[in-house]
Amino acid sequence: MNMKLEENGKVMVVVVKEERLDAHNAESLKQELGRLFNEGRSSVVVDLKEVRFIDSSGLGALVSGFKNASSRQAELKLSSLQSQVKSMFELTRLHRVFDIYQTVDEAIDAF
Amino acid sequence: MKKNQIELEIRVPNQTRYLSLIGKISEELIAQVEGYVGDRETLANHLNVVLTEALVNAIRHANENNPEEVVQIRITISDNEILMQVFDHGRGFNLTRAALNPNDNRHSLDEHGRGLFIMQSLMDSVEYRPTKDGNVLEMRKRYR
Repeated sequence: MNMKLEENGKVMVVVVKEERLDAHNAESLKQELGRLFNEGRSSVVVDLKEVRFIDSSGLGALVSGFKNASSRQAELKLSSLQSQVKSMFELTRLHRVFDIYQTVDEAIDAF
Repeated sequence: MKKNQIELEIRVPNQTRYLSLIGKISEELIAQVEGYVGDRETLANHLNVVLTEALVNAIRHANENNPEEVVQIRITISDNEILMQVFDHGRGFNLTRAALNPNDNRHSLDEHGRGLFIMQSLMDSVEYRPTKDGNVLEMRKRYR
C-alpha cells in the first residue's frame, strides 16, 4: 500500500495514498500502525483525505490500530474523511469509537 | 432476457487485487440504470461496497484464498431491481455466524464481522445458498 509518514513534533501522521482502503491493502496499514506503536509512538493521526472507498477490512485495520494504541496509553486519531467513507463509519457506529477531525491540523492540535 | 435488462458476467482469479476493478465496473454499471430518483453516487458507492464484501467472503472464506480458483460475478439490472450474485466453488461458510451487530457494545472493537452487517444494511435481501458445484451469495436491491 502507498502511504506517507510525516512527523509533526511528537505526532506522526500517516497519509494513506490510496483511493481504496480495502481487503487488498488493509493489512499493510494495520502492520504499519502496529510498528509505530511498538516503537513507542504515543500520538498517531491517520489522514484519509485521499481515500474515497473503505470496506469492512479497512475499518478493521483502523480498529486494530485503535486497540493497539489504547493498550499502550497511546492515541490514534483520524482526519479528513470523505463523505462516502464517513458514511461507512456511521453505518457501523465506529464514529462513536474514533476521534475524527475535519483536518489533519485539527487532529494534531487535539493531542 | 427481458426487455431493457442488463446482465453482466465476470470471472476473475480468486485474488483480492481484482476488488478495485470489479468495484469500478459495478459503479459504472449503475450509471446506466434508468429511472432511479435517489442519489446515484451514493447508490454506486453502496453497490461497490457490498460487492467488495461479497467477493472477499468468496475469496477468503469459501475458496480459502486459493489463487488458482475463480470467482464468478453476475450483475443483473431489471426494471425495478438490481441483483448481484457471487459464485464460489468452496465448501461455503456460515453466513449468519459471521455477523457482528455494531449496536452491541461488547463487539464494537472486534476487527472482523462487519461485512455481512454492511451487506444486510445496504441491500434489501442477502442470501447464501448451495449450487450444484459450490455456493452463491445473492444480494437484491429494489431501486424503484
